[in-house]
Amino acid sequence: MSFDVEQAVNLLKNEFPQDIINIKEYRNETTILVGKDKIREICSYLKYTLEFTFLADLTAVDYLEVKSPRYEVVYHVHRFGPECEENVRIRLKAELTDGDPLINSVVSVWSTADWLEREVYDMFGIKFNGHPDLRRILMPEDYGPHPLKKDFDVRNREASKESFEKALDDGAE
Amino acid sequence: MGVNADPLLGGEGFLTTTIEAFANWGRKNSLWPMPFGTACCAIEMMGVFASRYDLSRFGAEVARFSPRQADLMIVSGTITYKMASVCRRIYDQMPEPKWVIAMGSCTCGGGPFDSYAVVQGIDEFLPVDVYVGGCPPRPEALIDAVMKIQKKIEMKGAPVV
Repeated sequence: MSFDVEQAVNLLKNEFPQDIINIKEYRNETTILVGKDKIREICSYLKYTLEFTFLADLTAVDYLEVKSPRYEVVYHVHRFGPECEENVRIRLKAELTDGDPLINSVVSVWSTADWLEREVYDMFGIKFNGHPDLRRILMPEDYGPHPLKKDFDVRNREASKESFEKALDDGAE
Repeated sequence: MGVNADPLLGGEGFLTTTIEAFANWGRKNSLWPMPFGTACCAIEMMGVFASRYDLSRFGAEVARFSPRQADLMIVSGTITYKMASVCRRIYDQMPEPKWVIAMGSCTCGGGPFDSYAVVQGIDEFLPVDVYVGGCPPRPEALIDAVMKIQKKIEMKGAPVV
């Protein structure tokens, strides 16, 4: 049995007719915009039924002043062969509105999502419902802002300095 | 200070000097670096320690990741604020007298990283003796920096006690 993107998209459409909002095809890349409420169900269907066993990346984009809703969480999922042409990669996107953005975690589906979701939380302040350990992963634990938000000044080092001073004090005791 | 070869005073000859000059002569020719490498400059630093450039010609090849035995800190690589507290603590663990080389553009002034996370020059939190520019600097530049440290020890020295 051969398997391709089209087949994956059709199966997904049949399974979740209400939650597939838009499908884009650009330069042989398939992007599916899905409703955020069903993200975990869609992901487990992709993994357990369509065998997308590999979450290649999980990240987010801030579209401040470009479009509304403001955030998109992006999932790159991959299905391995066994034949070369059966290697399929699709991109899922879920939109989140400004003001305490929250989406269901997919750690229960792919455990690699653990650190990826922590990074998205760290950089964008997007919270993941059901994440086992949602802490900052890159910035210091007591750091305030979420630096990849578009309304954060990337040259603002004040918060970093505060964390640095505090770390020095903690170490000096 | 001078050499005395009078046979009445031992025959083989001996040298008179001050304790301080003697100690600083020893320090200058046996610098023990603490390599604090965080990025690509550290690769160049390893090149300086290795056989082609061979920092042991200057007595400074004993690079151990052990601040308690080191007296020269070579900070090579981008220092973020999260790393800065670690860097400072390691510096504080080194016994006196100690010297610091800031190797590369990042440690000298942040390099290309004008960002929320990167320290714009390690002299924000460390007393730097020699700055080495470059991205990364050539091994010769680091050797020159070590020689400048040697010169500084020779000229200014450090108290013995």
